[in-house]
Amino acid sequence: MITYVRNNYPDIVSDLVQHLWLALIPVALGALLALPIGYLAVRKGRRLYQPIINVGAILYSIPSLALFLMIPVIIGVGYLSPLNVLIGLTLYSMALLTRTVADALVSVEGEATQAAAAMGYRPIAQLVGVELPMAAPVLFAGLRVATVANISLVSVGALVGAGGLGNLFTGGFQLGFIEPIIVGIVLSMLLAALCDVALVLLQRQLTPWTRTGARA
Amino acid sequence: MSLALLVPPTPMINYFGYLFDGANWTFGGDSSIPDRLLQHIFYTLAALLIGALIALPIGLLIGHTGKGAFIAIGLGNLGRSLPTFGLVLLLVTMFGVYIWPVLLALVVLAIPPVLAQTYAGIRSVDPAAVDAAVGMGMRPLQVLFQAEVPMALPLIISGLRSALLQVTATATIAAYASFGGLGRLLIDGLNRNQYDQVLAGAILVALLAIVLDYLSAAIERAVVSPGVRQRSTRRRTRASTQTPAQEGAVSSR
Amino acid sequence: MITFDQVTKAFPGGTVAVDDLTLELPTGQITVFVGPSGCGKTTSLRMINRTIEPTSGTIAIDGEDVSTQDAALLRRKIGYVIQHAGLFPHRTIIDNIATVPLLNGVNKKQAREEAMQLLARVGLDESLARRYPSQLSGGQQQRVGVARALAADPPVMLMDEPFSAVDPIVRDGLQKEFLRLQAELGKTIAFVTHDIDEAIKLGDTVAIFRVGGHLAQVGTPQQLLDDPADEFVADFIGRDRGFRGLSFVGADKLEVEPVASYVDGGGARLVLDDDGRPLGWSVDGSPSPQPLAGTFTTQDNLRLVTDLAISSPAGVAVRVDVSGVADGVVPHEAIARHLTELRRESKR
Repeated sequence: MITYVRNNYPDIVSDLVQHLWLALIPVALGALLALPIGYLAVRKGRRLYQPIINVGAILYSIPSLALFLMIPVIIGVGYLSPLNVLIGLTLYSMALLTRTVADALVSVEGEATQAAAAMGYRPIAQLVGVELPMAAPVLFAGLRVATVANISLVSVGALVGAGGLGNLFTGGFQLGFIEPIIVGIVLSMLLAALCDVALVLLQRQLTPWTRTGARA
Repeated sequence: MSLALLVPPTPMINYFGYLFDGANWTFGGDSSIPDRLLQHIFYTLAALLIGALIALPIGLLIGHTGKGAFIAIGLGNLGRSLPTFGLVLLLVTMFGVYIWPVLLALVVLAIPPVLAQTYAGIRSVDPAAVDAAVGMGMRPLQVLFQAEVPMALPLIISGLRSALLQVTATATIAAYASFGGLGRLLIDGLNRNQYDQVLAGAILVALLAIVLDYLSAAIERAVVSPGVRQRSTRRRTRASTQTPAQEGAVSSR
Repeated sequence: MITFDQVTKAFPGGTVAVDDLTLELPTGQITVFVGPSGCGKTTSLRMINRTIEPTSGTIAIDGEDVSTQDAALLRRKIGYVIQHAGLFPHRTIIDNIATVPLLNGVNKKQAREEAMQLLARVGLDESLARRYPSQLSGGQQQRVGVARALAADPPVMLMDEPFSAVDPIVRDGLQKEFLRLQAELGKTIAFVTHDIDEAIKLGDTVAIFRVGGHLAQVGTPQQLLDDPADEFVADFIGRDRGFRGLSFVGADKLEVEPVASYVDGGGARLVLDDDGRPLGWSVDGSPSPQPLAGTFTTQDNLRLVTDLAISSPAGVAVRVDVSGVADGVVPHEAIARHLTELRRESKR
């Protein structure tokens, strides 16, 4: 195993880097897009909640490869482009995070938000200054799930020419060696664990009030 | 007679040629869609069944006794971060291009969501109801099956449903390792640069997944008591943790 | 009859929840275990149906040691009511009530019919039978919990703070219903509460526990109010012991003065309607009478009479008969005289 890594170091690293941006950019984009949609789902009358969630659920149930391969028809890029993976994963992240945002906003409704409205906060300011911070734990939990899921899904992109560490899987399979596959699996899981920890640390940084008070 | 005659003659017709070609819809032969479909469904359900048979009792046991929680939660997390594609290819490379390594991979992938959600389900049961059940004179197995399981059913079923999606998706990708199923259309189409075949595969797989998900939702509605159904928007979820249902509902595909 | 014989419960960490408890719970009566948090009252209760096992000592029901019986079968003969009802959310109300009979093998139809009768007995409408617990209010759920405990007609009932989780008005209603039921059924009941007023209201016998699982005092509510054993008990019972004790003295022997003496004449006048029912007090000739704080009957107690007399502008409580017609008045001097008389009688 060690010799394999030593011999193929540059390829592994470039796969890793590709994997990272293929996984993380969609999460960020998906989160950004999910915010307004999730907000709409719960703040402009609950009639929109069920349909939006349903669409998200349907989207999320589509297997990744199928999604990656349907996108070229819709946007007209070649089906071997990384754009398919990026767009596909963004759609998945959006589907997942819309539900997270909606549920998070519902969970913070209550005395604090009523107090904020009574104090004269306008809706956007209230959203940014009061509700999102309070909803941070739920939001971050969703972000963590979406990130880990994406990291696993990127490897499927190897079949459409943009797979990050997935290239190690296909390479190993074709040559009949398990070393690349094992390296790929281990790195993928390590990456997932690291991103998870990073998100937890970020959450702690952004929400200092949750660190205290547990001792009460 | 080819259904292609019914489709308006635009450049797009190339994409749907495979899907609407009648020859592909007969049984037998190597481009048979029904064959692939049945194969896909069969192995998906088989893997789910075997995985559930293993994970359900363990999940119930861990949830009921409270011991070994770290196994349930740890495996749940592990399952989420394990790259499914990698696992399938690993097993096939190790054991050869047969069906059973793929099936093994599918079973292994089905276990974590079922285990984690079954455990979460039993833990989420109202302790007062369990106390009442014991205090009224139910024996341990009666408490488990007449009280705890019915109350835990929404979460247990959500675990089964997410395992179903997981397995369906992974079975698709397994076609790369010469597995059959609808993924075959995608892989072969890619290899031969026949995009209409690829699209046919993609649409059919997506439809299959959606239909299976819909059917499992219907089963859930039929099986879960009306008194226990979760009402997501009306119930306040606690801001400190993600609801277990949502966490378990995410799996890689 | 339930007997505790030198029962002790020590938990593995070293805490002694119940310490050498010896106590008798008389048959057909309500015995209340009351005390502050950590006094062992709930632990003691749960040792009766063996949901907690004693470290040493014996508990017996009608002479039979409970530890010798099959735990599950023992529990089916004991009604168990807990604080948040613990109803099964996945079963309808009627099936919840029928749980123990169904466990015992009674056929479904019969069990459900009997459950319907119990539903009516606890004061619930039969339209609730097919609903689910989540559709009922807290007070309704609690009543279902009681019905469920009664389903197998057990001679013994254990109740662990059954009325604590509902609001005071609902609680008051539940307590009255409970006393009415017990008057009909005469079960042997062990009742746990942290509320001394509830204990005094409901208990035939009250056992006050001290933190650490010792009995501080056992007796009737009247005994406890009149004669607390030590400072802890006196503190726990709280203030106004004397006044609260008046609720155990009946108003039936109280002498009344004729109503007419307050209908005419100066000062505050009692205004009656055509049938003789009291409408209110007219003070200094004003046209609209102030409504009464209430009236009392011979079935009520002295505490109520005293309160009525104090809140009336004339300093007088009005007694009515069964049809609501005023048949006597009691000024507060008469109450004081009556109390002096009672004191004299008790000293003889």
